[in-house]
Amino acid sequence: MTLTVEPLERLGELMVVNIGPIHPATHGTIYLKAYLDGEVIVKAEPDVGYLHRCFEKMCETHPYHTVMPYTDRLNYCSCFMNNVGWAMAVEKLLGLEITPKCQYVRVILNEFNRIIDHMVCIGTNLVDVGALTNFWYAFQPREMVYTLLEKCCGARLTVNYCQIGGLIRDIPSDFDNESKTILKALPRFIEDIEGLITHNRIFIDRTKGINPVTADQAIDWGWTGPCLRACGVAYDVRKAHPYYDYDKFDFSIPTGTNGDVYDRYLVRIAEMYQSMKIIEQALEGLPDGPVTVKDNRYIFPEKENVYSNIESLMNHFKLVMHGIKPPVGEVYSYTEAANGELGFYLISDGGSHPYRVKVRPPCFAIFQAMEDMLPGHMIADLIAILGSLNLVMGELDR
Amino acid sequence: MTSNVEQKVIVKKLKSMFPESILEVTDFRGDLQILVDREKILEICRYLKTDKELNFNMLLDVCGVDYLQMNSQARFAVVYHMYSLNKKHRVRLKAFLNDDTPVVESVCSIWKSANWFEREAYDLFGIQFKNHPNLKRILTHPNFHGHPLRKDYDSTKRHPQVERRK
Repeated sequence: MTLTVEPLERLGELMVVNIGPIHPATHGTIYLKAYLDGEVIVKAEPDVGYLHRCFEKMCETHPYHTVMPYTDRLNYCSCFMNNVGWAMAVEKLLGLEITPKCQYVRVILNEFNRIIDHMVCIGTNLVDVGALTNFWYAFQPREMVYTLLEKCCGARLTVNYCQIGGLIRDIPSDFDNESKTILKALPRFIEDIEGLITHNRIFIDRTKGINPVTADQAIDWGWTGPCLRACGVAYDVRKAHPYYDYDKFDFSIPTGTNGDVYDRYLVRIAEMYQSMKIIEQALEGLPDGPVTVKDNRYIFPEKENVYSNIESLMNHFKLVMHGIKPPVGEVYSYTEAANGELGFYLISDGGSHPYRVKVRPPCFAIFQAMEDMLPGHMIADLIAILGSLNLVMGELDR
Repeated sequence: MTSNVEQKVIVKKLKSMFPESILEVTDFRGDLQILVDREKILEICRYLKTDKELNFNMLLDVCGVDYLQMNSQARFAVVYHMYSLNKKHRVRLKAFLNDDTPVVESVCSIWKSANWFEREAYDLFGIQFKNHPNLKRILTHPNFHGHPLRKDYDSTKRHPQVERRK
């Protein structure tokens, strides 16, 4: 008996796989329609907007200081950095110079947030490619940083620790010790991950040469942050346009060469060490003094005073009822967040609410390139790629 | 921050190339803003990117603004933020769109990054980008009516996809 195989009419017969919007491997509500020929992606259609919750529209109906809690929900892996981004934008609009101590505290917590954001990215990316153990190495230090944030402001995840012109309260007395304890503990976790992964044959096979991006491509797509630096472009807002004394700290910008998934991992690992270096220097030089500016047009009075003297009560009332009134004008303020350049474009009509707010989320620009970049890759690579981009839908969809 | 000297170079070069299309130059808190004629947006953008001294190789952001409730010469504006990695300077371009159905040329052919940012401006403001490769809604769903970031959009409006059960 001879076995005859019917020839399959394969032309035009692509298999469509819907990845998301509630797929566990996407770590958020991304929807990606992949057209497959066998296991190879022929066409990819990314679709976003499933977590759109009108952040920009909401800002237009809120006084400036009450927008702050919403910014926590942008990149929820590193909330404090969004707080700083928003506070900086409004302070730029007001022409307000914050106190040295506040600047240093913002730097320290910014860098801690960068570390935990990278940890989340690396940890989840590794889970996706099958290296589950590292997840716990990556998430344990995160707990310690959250505990530090809790001591500062009472909240762990959505911290809301900044206010326009400073911080909502002073740092705790053991801030220095706590930070140093975390700094001491951190290298062990990073080294554990490095030891297991950096020279791991399976990981290298899964990630090296996967989605290589050239510098020109990345620039054309408007990439910023670790993904751009993995392509070999040493652009970092902290170096190129230093804010908050970043120019006084000694640190370097790690860059990759191929811009592939493996390089993004290496850049993130190296950046964590640089962040630790910055924190050490900032703790060393942490100045004394108040954490808020002395200007009751912007800063809420102490609660105790609100209940005990009339000036503070009036001050509180004015701020709650009428809010902060910046001059007419527009500014674009930008910081180096964990994913890249986080920009806030702010238009004020002189009223107590922003007239228009536009957030420039770093991963919006990064994710839009996928339509061009995914074809040609295997479906399993897609999972590794999505993880390495560190897409946070909170900031992508706003 | 863009220093004063560089600002002059950008402004001077643009003014000599497009004497009639540079309408206003302002500097607020160190942000250089150039108001341009919307008809010339494509040429100006291409010049900003390709000129060796200006070299704006990165388009960071494109967004729309609705000036309905503010004193302004036109209802809509489209705003571009660009950056030069080599020269480390930034500029904000703004063009007013003076009709009810705002149309402007797409800059996708110059910077790929304009793609989704323009789609977003179309979705939220209804600004049409001519020659855009894929001008579809992006943040709201395909059956959404209206453009939510317009100032006259009724934010209490609901969009039922199926009829309510009686």
